[in-house]
Amino acid sequence: MAITSIKNLKEFSTNNDRFEGAHLLCPGCAHSMIVRELMNCTDDNLVISTNTGCLEVSTAVYPYTSWDTSWIHIGFENAATAISGAEAMYKARKRKGTLKDPDAPVKFVAFGGDGSTYDIGFQWLSGAMERGHDFTYICLDNENYANTGGQRSSSTPIGATTTTAQAGSHSYGKKEKKKDIVSIMAAHGAPYVAQLAPNKWKSMAQGFQKALGTEGPCFINTVSACTTEWRFDPKDTIHITDLATDSLMFPIYEIIDGHELNILYRPKNVIPVEEYLAAQGRYKHLFKPEHKHVIESIQKEIDQKWEMLQRREEARI
Amino acid sequence: MAEKYEIKETEVWDGNYAISQALRQAQVDVVAAYPITPSTPIVENYGNYVANGYIDGEFVMVESEHAAMSGCVGAAAAGGRVATATSSQGFALMVEVLYQASGMRLPIVLTVANRALASPLNVRGDHSDMYLGRDSGWIQLDAFNAEEAYDMTLCAFRIGEHLNVRLPVMVHQDGFLTSHTAQNIHPLSDEEAYRFVGDYKCVDEMLDFTRPVTYGAQTEEDWHFEHKAKQHKALMDSRAIIDEVFAEYGKLTGRTYNRVENYLMEDAEVAIVALGSSVETCRLAAEELRAEGIKAGVVAPRCFRPFPFDAIREALKDVKAIACLDRSSPGGAMGALFNEVSAALYSTQARPMVTNFIYGLGGRDFAVKEAKRIFMEQKAHVDAGHITTSIQQFSGLRGPKLGFFETKRS
Repeated sequence: MAITSIKNLKEFSTNNDRFEGAHLLCPGCAHSMIVRELMNCTDDNLVISTNTGCLEVSTAVYPYTSWDTSWIHIGFENAATAISGAEAMYKARKRKGTLKDPDAPVKFVAFGGDGSTYDIGFQWLSGAMERGHDFTYICLDNENYANTGGQRSSSTPIGATTTTAQAGSHSYGKKEKKKDIVSIMAAHGAPYVAQLAPNKWKSMAQGFQKALGTEGPCFINTVSACTTEWRFDPKDTIHITDLATDSLMFPIYEIIDGHELNILYRPKNVIPVEEYLAAQGRYKHLFKPEHKHVIESIQKEIDQKWEMLQRREEARI
Repeated sequence: MAEKYEIKETEVWDGNYAISQALRQAQVDVVAAYPITPSTPIVENYGNYVANGYIDGEFVMVESEHAAMSGCVGAAAAGGRVATATSSQGFALMVEVLYQASGMRLPIVLTVANRALASPLNVRGDHSDMYLGRDSGWIQLDAFNAEEAYDMTLCAFRIGEHLNVRLPVMVHQDGFLTSHTAQNIHPLSDEEAYRFVGDYKCVDEMLDFTRPVTYGAQTEEDWHFEHKAKQHKALMDSRAIIDEVFAEYGKLTGRTYNRVENYLMEDAEVAIVALGSSVETCRLAAEELRAEGIKAGVVAPRCFRPFPFDAIREALKDVKAIACLDRSSPGGAMGALFNEVSAALYSTQARPMVTNFIYGLGGRDFAVKEAKRIFMEQKAHVDAGHITTSIQQFSGLRGPKLGFFETKRS
């Protein structure tokens, strides 16, 4: 039964599960919440590809698999292309009449972390979006190369410390801003692009359903709090994600057909970003007096971005 | 339903055109490709068939060769016939995914118009890309002319998709020398060709939703070794299937192929071992020398992988001096063909003399005259009873002679 008809989380927790629980992801990792929600938000058959990363190495260690659907992993960069190929084969076989069950509904989904989405697989993703395959790409954005021990990616926010952009006596951590992947994907003219978060599980399920129900290439960036590299207690994953969405560090919104922007979550009380940063070890150094200016500039960026999103929503263009 | 394509009993096609026709006749389900000289016309021709309704399958023009092979892997795992084409730098970009395709045992057909690898940039034919693929776990078939490129492409589907093989197959032809040289070709009719190739047989397809499958799992020291050993065994065991498919194709066309092609070898005293279009050059040289009383012959691996260790040894065991021709920069070693042929011959009683020629890099011409000179050099070794030159030489190089290592047998 798909999540559409589910009223609450308790009911969801007893739902028939296509993503088996016995995986190797860290306790408190948000990846499994997001993946599980995607797989359970539809009754359609799924063909899934996954880039190399935490999700992949934790869910298909031979001779076991957590995937109760067809699943493929090729490399770090090419899940979008693998699913393109599978989708093309589906179309060819449907036309030629060689599918075992031609009427069975199927959706094609690719998962990648931010390392594979923003960085190494960027070209492969762009190519697949441009070609217009009917698939949904979901980025599990934990803002670093967590699978290899926490190196910077182009999704790592300014000021966070990672092993390759470290805070130290001469550095406040990463100097560069996070890449705006959502805008880039919307600029491809994709029919549905969104940024979603697992703490807002209903809007996430609705967003996933919209993407799966939309013909053509859809892209969703999901914030996936990383207990290991963001450095917080595994029990606090949803709390940290609440801080992310309520500080507007991660605004929740969608862009339809490359231009129609809708904000999907407006915090009743917007909290200062300082609260979000203070809850995580990766930003600890920013609270030294000499780095206070970084927190100020992060807050400024957030305010500007929120202003821009609201204006774009209002403009309806 | 695809439009009917009119095809004559004899056509004048170059290697690329011949291959694109073979792909059309095999009714490939998905071609995912990216253009690169000199293989570009294969996908251009295919694009023409698509535009004019001759193709029922999908044609996915991706943004790089790495993506081309990635798309092929995804498509093949979804259960259907898959093919692509490339050369040189594109081949190099694909290499990561070549290993993944073979590791997942997906019978993709990759047609390669062989071309040099940069730097310096060069679009002409040599075997650098073919050699780069030799440890990738693919079957590698070698066509010496355009008609063979057509034949090998049809055979490649049969071999790779065979239920006892399930491995990807490369079909090699020499860039420009074969890919762009037109000759008379005797294609099969569409019906005969498809009957020979047959319907695609699905194994562990991702689109059978009653039986989900996992492709590309992780294995560490506990299982990786066993998987790779099984893959190697499948390659070794494919030899019998290759023989079977070649024999069947021979019955159908009168063109019978072997994993090793021997020419004038029955009583040969000196021999050249070569790959690609140079094989025909060497055969002409051998014929001319035979008229002069030199017992010259040519041995050519049709199948570069799995390497025909057994058939090479059998073909060369009674020959006295052998020149192995490598059309790839050896990068600080002896040429690969030299090494592999020598290894095969080391387990014979006679252990004939073997020398190595690096030749034809970046499309440098290799003519009958030079092949004859190499044969005569072998004859000189036989007469002297030992190798009279460096063991590795460069043939056709401008400037002073270049050679390495002297024999210790004199």
